[in-house]
Amino acid sequence: MTALLEVNDLHVGYGKVEAVRGVSMSIQPGQIVTVIGPNGAGKTTMLSALMGLLPSRGTIRYEGQDLQRLDVEERVQRKLCLVPEKRELFGEMSVADNLLLGAYSRRYKSSDFQERLAAVYEQFPRLAERRRQQANTLSGGERQMLALGRALMSQPRLLLLDEPSLGLAPLIVREIFQIIASLRKAGVSILLVEQNARAALETADYGYVLETGEIAHHGPAQELLQDPRLMTAYLGGAA
Amino acid sequence: MTAEIALILGVDGIATGAIYVLVALGIVLIFSVTRVVFVPFGDLAAFTALTLAALQSGQLPGTVWLVAVVAGLTLLAEAARLVRSGRARKIPSFAAVYFVLPMIPVLLCIALAQTDMPMAIEVILAVLLVLPLGPLLNRLAFRPIADAPVLVLLIVAVALHFALAGLGLIFFGPEGFRTEPLSDAIYEIGGTVVSAQAMLVVLASVVFMGLLYLFFEFTHTGKALRATAVNRVGARLMGIRPTVTGDVAFLLASLLAGVAGVLIGPITSIYYDSGFLFGLKAFVGAIIGGLVSYPITALGALFVGLLESYASFWNSAFKEVVIFSFLIPVLLWRSISAASHEEEEEEE
Repeated sequence: MTALLEVNDLHVGYGKVEAVRGVSMSIQPGQIVTVIGPNGAGKTTMLSALMGLLPSRGTIRYEGQDLQRLDVEERVQRKLCLVPEKRELFGEMSVADNLLLGAYSRRYKSSDFQERLAAVYEQFPRLAERRRQQANTLSGGERQMLALGRALMSQPRLLLLDEPSLGLAPLIVREIFQIIASLRKAGVSILLVEQNARAALETADYGYVLETGEIAHHGPAQELLQDPRLMTAYLGGAA
Repeated sequence: MTAEIALILGVDGIATGAIYVLVALGIVLIFSVTRVVFVPFGDLAAFTALTLAALQSGQLPGTVWLVAVVAGLTLLAEAARLVRSGRARKIPSFAAVYFVLPMIPVLLCIALAQTDMPMAIEVILAVLLVLPLGPLLNRLAFRPIADAPVLVLLIVAVALHFALAGLGLIFFGPEGFRTEPLSDAIYEIGGTVVSAQAMLVVLASVVFMGLLYLFFEFTHTGKALRATAVNRVGARLMGIRPTVTGDVAFLLASLLAGVAGVLIGPITSIYYDSGFLFGLKAFVGAIIGGLVSYPITALGALFVGLLESYASFWNSAFKEVVIFSFLIPVLLWRSISAASHEEEEEEE
């Protein structure tokens, strides 16, 4: 089976400072892969480079195709989708308009669009209730749901999630991770970047630990969860 | 001032204000989508009026050469950029949209200029001719520096205005022109005379405001434009290209400038450099709207028209001074309300 995403020796820098140094990783179709690591390890930088928002060196192959030649919009066209840490919603527009624009790259027929929209509303009933409300009036959890829903409108093949649990109440965090796990059943592959290492590893199939721009450890998520060294460093001691 | 004079000045002010509304909306539209304060906007309106004047006197308008020059330069610049980035295969499709398409009204104009045309055709031709200038100038001047700070974009816009005014002098000459009124009829309403021309101006600006509203509220492209204005990164992540939305914004704004030019042509003599002052007054309206709000911008521009009308009665030498002095209280109020907004956001 060929990997959905194959990253080889990725370097991303801001001027002379390299924030990501020689990262290699791969994601198989239908997998949830997580990248955990402390603040400033280069996780967000890496995602930005994968999406084409930042220039990078190294190879990124997606469905066997070289991504480095494509710009952000062309990557979106190929069903690669980033839900950034800041959500980047259209704050002064309604929830319904945000979802409509999520499907912008797909040029759906009207019936397909309605079907897609109904599926997203079914997954996030709260969004259906608030469809006429402006996005910037939503609560933190609802915003994250809108960001996820907007991404799902484009039926992504690979979803890049940047800290989806950041700043959310524990109850909502649990809900978000349940949704992420359910997406796998719908055939979406996910690259999940998280500081909440335990929740991320419990959801994911495979994990990478990023430290100061380099991969320090990697392995099946269950094994990483049982690694005593990682436990103390990132998971807040033995459970 | 008697009530009768006040009424006449009011009607006059509303008519001028309605034209400023169109220009101000165009300025806000371009700024919100591309962050460019498009200083040469008034120039586009003035060029439309001059084009129409030339067509009405049976001459070939200089706009023909202006558009040809700008389209040629844009094609060269973009072709060079595409070759350098290894996308030479995209040159033909670019040329079709950004060179062949703008050249259609140019060729039409060359073929028809000396013939006797109905006024409606002349108006349409003049607007069509100016229409491509917005998107072309966007590609030529702003696209390569799209991520530059607002100030850099503004400086380029000012430079572009001087370049256009220079080209205007070459292609239109130093004389002023006035176009024939779209209608000579005069009506008496509520004890004051109102020209059909003034009513047409107000009607046109209301219609175009309505169309803009429908466009932004009900079309995918309109929503994509709003999305770009609200959040550029978010829009890109949805696959909305800021370059494309920028071009659409410039195209729509060109249309507004063209209509404004057609409407102002019969009201005042237009020279090759009249556009600047014209755009600057509309800009005052746009500032009142904070360069974001369309309804407040429209009200602001209307107010500028009224202010100008009354100021010119009071002391016509000082009418510009009055209008631009009005910026001071507006900016004060803006900065005070902006400061309180920022505090609210910090608390969040």
